[in-house]
Amino acid sequence: MTKVLPYRRHDANSQPSSLYEPYRATVLRAPRKPLIVLPHTLSEVTGPVYGHDDIGETDNDLTRHHHGEPVGERIIVSGRVLDDNGRPVPHTLLEIWQANAGGRYCHDRDHHPAPLDPNFSGAGRTLTDENGGYRFVTIKPGAYPWKNHDNAWRPAHIHFSLFGPAFATRLITQMYFPGDPLFAFDPIFQSIRDEKARQSLIANFDLATTKPEWALGYQFNIILRGRDATPFEE
Amino acid sequence: MGLVPIPSQTAGPFFHLGLTAHRSIGNLTAAGVKGERIQITCRVLDGEGVPMDDAMIEIWQADAEGRYNHPDDVVQFRGFGRLATNEHGMCTFATIKPGRVPGNGSTLQAPHINVSIFARGILNRLATRIYFAGDPANHEDPVLNLVPADRRDTLLAHGHTQPNEWHFDIRLCGDGETVFFDV
Repeated sequence: MTKVLPYRRHDANSQPSSLYEPYRATVLRAPRKPLIVLPHTLSEVTGPVYGHDDIGETDNDLTRHHHGEPVGERIIVSGRVLDDNGRPVPHTLLEIWQANAGGRYCHDRDHHPAPLDPNFSGAGRTLTDENGGYRFVTIKPGAYPWKNHDNAWRPAHIHFSLFGPAFATRLITQMYFPGDPLFAFDPIFQSIRDEKARQSLIANFDLATTKPEWALGYQFNIILRGRDATPFEE
Repeated sequence: MGLVPIPSQTAGPFFHLGLTAHRSIGNLTAAGVKGERIQITCRVLDGEGVPMDDAMIEIWQADAEGRYNHPDDVVQFRGFGRLATNEHGMCTFATIKPGRVPGNGSTLQAPHINVSIFARGILNRLATRIYFAGDPANHEDPVLNLVPADRRDTLLAHGHTQPNEWHFDIRLCGDGETVFFDV
């Protein structure tokens, strides 16, 4: 008999609506038929595992990937990855990517007429430590325009990709900065119905992790799905 | 529980920068991996049938004996791949045909590959499975049997002109919409 301990299902209100017409690209890309609920098997409770040998020494410091320093406001983004029981998610891979301080991605499909920064590529990666902790040094990304609607601008954000322990916990999300005036006008942020869930994507300014005369600190904790504490009996 | 998991957001159009430009994995068949070598080409189509050149596909699969490379089920085969789609909406993985993984209870699942799809316009990761057309185990697969019979075909990869080459179309919506799972 094979019995697996399943991950808890999401509360739909805490996640974006897959079809959210104000975000125009969803119209041709969101499934219309209901998802089929898949009871978890070994296929869903397992997932790729990474080792420390995959990570380079400066991979988590995006200001040190070139000879010179990038332009912009240096920041430290740190936090913990926890499951919804509050338990740390150790040794899990985090990957981030972002625009430069001027709001331009180092990507051939980004045509925003803001300057590229020869000292900033905007990609980093790290593994969480045994307490689920992680830390990146980077520069604060700029807002940038997109063509979703007239005068559309994305609030400044950093893309985060996480695996967690299982196929079921795979997550790609975005971290925002407190007080951004563009939140109210951004359909990607607004696609999440629940206000509290939306707020959980906004990092907190943190004086304790701010380094004097060097960089502002932001705290961003990431909660992944967890499992019930004990397997239920059939 | 008590904490609320954070929401998903789209990977956007520039994910290559962080995920696939330098960190693609298209070949899962490292030296010493046992099993039948196969190639699977995935193609992603939008609701108008237009191939999407800005999607990312991730796969997660068991080895030839139906074991996953994970603390819960240890094996040497890494089992993970990810690629961005090209200008034809396609990407091709070189891998091995997975074995049968136990399902819940005393069931056995048919050979399958777990798939995640990310792209601009996809706010929540889409999850589906690739099964192999003609596999005799398909009819007793507990997951395929959850799917209405007239939609099961959307989960089947079909053989190509060459042996061991498979093709799998993913239609995000509209005619022939692929079955996606709430994982």
